[in-house]
Amino acid sequence: MPDYETHDFDVVVIGAGGAGLRAAIEAKERGLRTAIVCKSLLGKAHTVMAEGGAAAAMGNVWSEDNWQVHFRDTMRGGKMLNNWRMAQLHAQEAPDRIYELERWGALFDRTPDGRILQRDFGGHRYARLAHVGDRTGLELIRTLQQRAVALGIDVFMECKVLRLTRDDQGRVSGAVGYWRPTGEFVAFRAKAVVLATGSIGKSWLYTSNSWESTGDGHAMALWAGADLIDMECVQFHPTGMVWPLSVRGILVTEGVRGDGGVLRNSDGKRFMFDYIPAMFSAETADSEAEGDRWYEDHINNRRPPELLPRDEVARSINSEVKAGRGSPHGGVFLDIATRRSAEYIRRRLPSMYHQFKELAGVDITTEPMEVGPTCHYVMGGIRVDADTAATTVPGLFAAGEVAAGLHGANRLGGNSLSDLLVFGRRAGMAASDFAEGRSGHPEPSGGELEAALAEAEAPFNRSEGESPYDLQADLQKMMQSLVGIIRTESELTEALGELDKLDDRASRMAVSGGRVYNPGWNLATDLPSMLAVSRMVAKGAIERRESRGGHTRDDYPKPDPELGKVNLVQRLGSGGAVTITPEPIPVMPPELQALFEEDSH
Amino acid sequence: MADVTMRVWRGDPGGGDFTDYDMPAVEGEVVLDVIHRIQAGPAPDLACRWNCKAGKCGSCSAEINGLPRLMCMTRMEDLPPDEPVVVAPMRTFPIIRDLVTDVSFNYEMARQVPTFSPGPPEADGTYRMMQQDVERGQEFRKCIECFMCQDICHVIRDHEENKEYFAGPRFFIRYMELESHPLDTNDRRELLRERMGIGMCNITKCCTEVCPEHIKITDNAIIPLKERVVDSSYDPIAWLGRKILRRTKRSAADAAVEQAPPAVPTFEDAPAP
Repeated sequence: MPDYETHDFDVVVIGAGGAGLRAAIEAKERGLRTAIVCKSLLGKAHTVMAEGGAAAAMGNVWSEDNWQVHFRDTMRGGKMLNNWRMAQLHAQEAPDRIYELERWGALFDRTPDGRILQRDFGGHRYARLAHVGDRTGLELIRTLQQRAVALGIDVFMECKVLRLTRDDQGRVSGAVGYWRPTGEFVAFRAKAVVLATGSIGKSWLYTSNSWESTGDGHAMALWAGADLIDMECVQFHPTGMVWPLSVRGILVTEGVRGDGGVLRNSDGKRFMFDYIPAMFSAETADSEAEGDRWYEDHINNRRPPELLPRDEVARSINSEVKAGRGSPHGGVFLDIATRRSAEYIRRRLPSMYHQFKELAGVDITTEPMEVGPTCHYVMGGIRVDADTAATTVPGLFAAGEVAAGLHGANRLGGNSLSDLLVFGRRAGMAASDFAEGRSGHPEPSGGELEAALAEAEAPFNRSEGESPYDLQADLQKMMQSLVGIIRTESELTEALGELDKLDDRASRMAVSGGRVYNPGWNLATDLPSMLAVSRMVAKGAIERRESRGGHTRDDYPKPDPELGKVNLVQRLGSGGAVTITPEPIPVMPPELQALFEEDSH
Repeated sequence: MADVTMRVWRGDPGGGDFTDYDMPAVEGEVVLDVIHRIQAGPAPDLACRWNCKAGKCGSCSAEINGLPRLMCMTRMEDLPPDEPVVVAPMRTFPIIRDLVTDVSFNYEMARQVPTFSPGPPEADGTYRMMQQDVERGQEFRKCIECFMCQDICHVIRDHEENKEYFAGPRFFIRYMELESHPLDTNDRRELLRERMGIGMCNITKCCTEVCPEHIKITDNAIIPLKERVVDSSYDPIAWLGRKILRRTKRSAADAAVEQAPPAVPTFEDAPAP
């Protein structure tokens, strides 16, 4: 039995992106002993990558905007698979959360009268995204990080959590992991745990996600007995870089299109006009002239089709490339150079300007970018109560990307940063309530802690075996080709077979070297999560025999109204296998239902 | 295809040395790509930090051919061909292993920054700030905390003993950001002079040269801070005022060395309803 150190807290937050920081701030302000545990250094979480902005109906640019319109946009963007109550709370509370950041030192871009400026984005009826150029995520994380530091929250940096532990009543009682800089094991005893571990994108070859996005929270919640829903709903962002190959997948912000950029095929045609779905035709321009006028006059013109929700744009790009009208490196062209002045582009999109200049040698003020879909975001995740972010396991809460419900089958750009703030805070509140009401000391039970340590150590005890790097590369290639943007039953079934083989290989992983900052070992401990999550995505994708939002089935190209009424719930069955069950989505009350019956324009 | 030789420092706090790895060259790669291929091949336990691989998180700082650079933003084709690419950890911070250093000095300095403390809001509970007044602060908030400015700064690079009394360029821009924040009411000038070592910088601009975000650290933060600290330190009226009154900030545009260009709102910025 390896040695480990133990720490006691009221609330332990796992993950230090926007949701984790916001949750921890809430708990700390309540006076609870609060810790943040994160895999990387503080301030490096994937939230820094968010570019475009945080959606909030503040009405600073368009006074017509309000929470009802934002709610409606979010639900329609999510193809009505959303949890309506989460969408309502999100739309109602996002403005307060943005103003709160300003009180904590954030410096958003301003309107001419000194209020927070808001920018246009796909699927949002009005310019709604509070932003700082194209580095909004950095502003958000730095503001929250500085607030967390000012409050004196304990931060366990570069500390990887392996498993949650439960007490003898089945309540979550803490977590166990290891320090990456030393390799020493560490256990936390906590009255409540908040999972804020972000995404799963690292299971795909082309992704905008960082190495951290290995689905740790999704997998740990599953193993601890929580419900997960709609894991098949994965968003492929329409515009990732496609060249050079080494940067393939890195994101090109939707802000490029919000600020006037258009998509063209190899014939120079603005092809998005050929792909306007009926659901959005009433509010989408049908000529280039109208689309161009919209930037100046939102009231008398309809929005250009380049600003349709992400799933629509990603599928359209896919179709153009498939039809042989793609760019030289297998994407399409994103052109802002011919549409806006060089000075405007550099001021509005400074990060994109530098990214292309330095990584691809492309000057976006004079040349088009080559872009294509990249795995970006998972809408599915841990099932939570809308008001409290409570999972189905007592003492366990989840917020941000690891939680599901708000975005339904497809997320609108800008709704992620506001999601982190709104539900990060709510998770912190509810976790604090739970911790305050909990009796007795939280203790691990049932040998879970010891088993987790033994599993983590095992690759060191094999003198030879599978390389974790090879395993990860093979998983990424397999998921990219069989569980990608367009799916079919035969390929998904094949993927499950491949996952069986990969699971078997994972049980024979071997690593060399010591425990101190050993990336091979660190990857070996991430792979169980990646494999568990990949399996959930593939299983969900088989069962959802329709196309909806981010989930596109070649063999079922249309939405099925019956499947639109259910979440696909995955949980650990009694035999240890994961079961999948359709369960009805919560029904919207009539006053909210009425918002969808109004004239759409 | 031709090989590249990567000369990578391997070691721990007890010492170490450079190891050569001959790797096939691949078109379009950055240094971090080749490091990753070394991990997936000959050296699976080669330690390096990285996260976003897009120049946005500031994790993969190293010294490449002797200069602090982000590994993810250094293209192989921009380095001299036919010479080994030398990759070493940042020298100013203690070694953990290989390319990973203990940067906790920076987190300690962050902890010591007196907090942002805004004045009262408008009647509607929100704040008004003009774009030209937030732009100076926004320049500093571009900082991705790669800590390369701290690494290159000779005040601490070879003088461990100075670390206790020197916040370093990264935190000078943080202090200047707060100084120029239109809403902030805290006064940090005495702290900067007495404890954070603003006087120790002799303006060699090494920090500005290595900043991957092209922040004008010396001109726009360190020099103005030095002036403010001197002003407050030697002006008895200002000293008295500071003791008696909560001081009122000037706007960022007034305070900066260079006058910020006037921001002329265009229709592109804010479409008129």
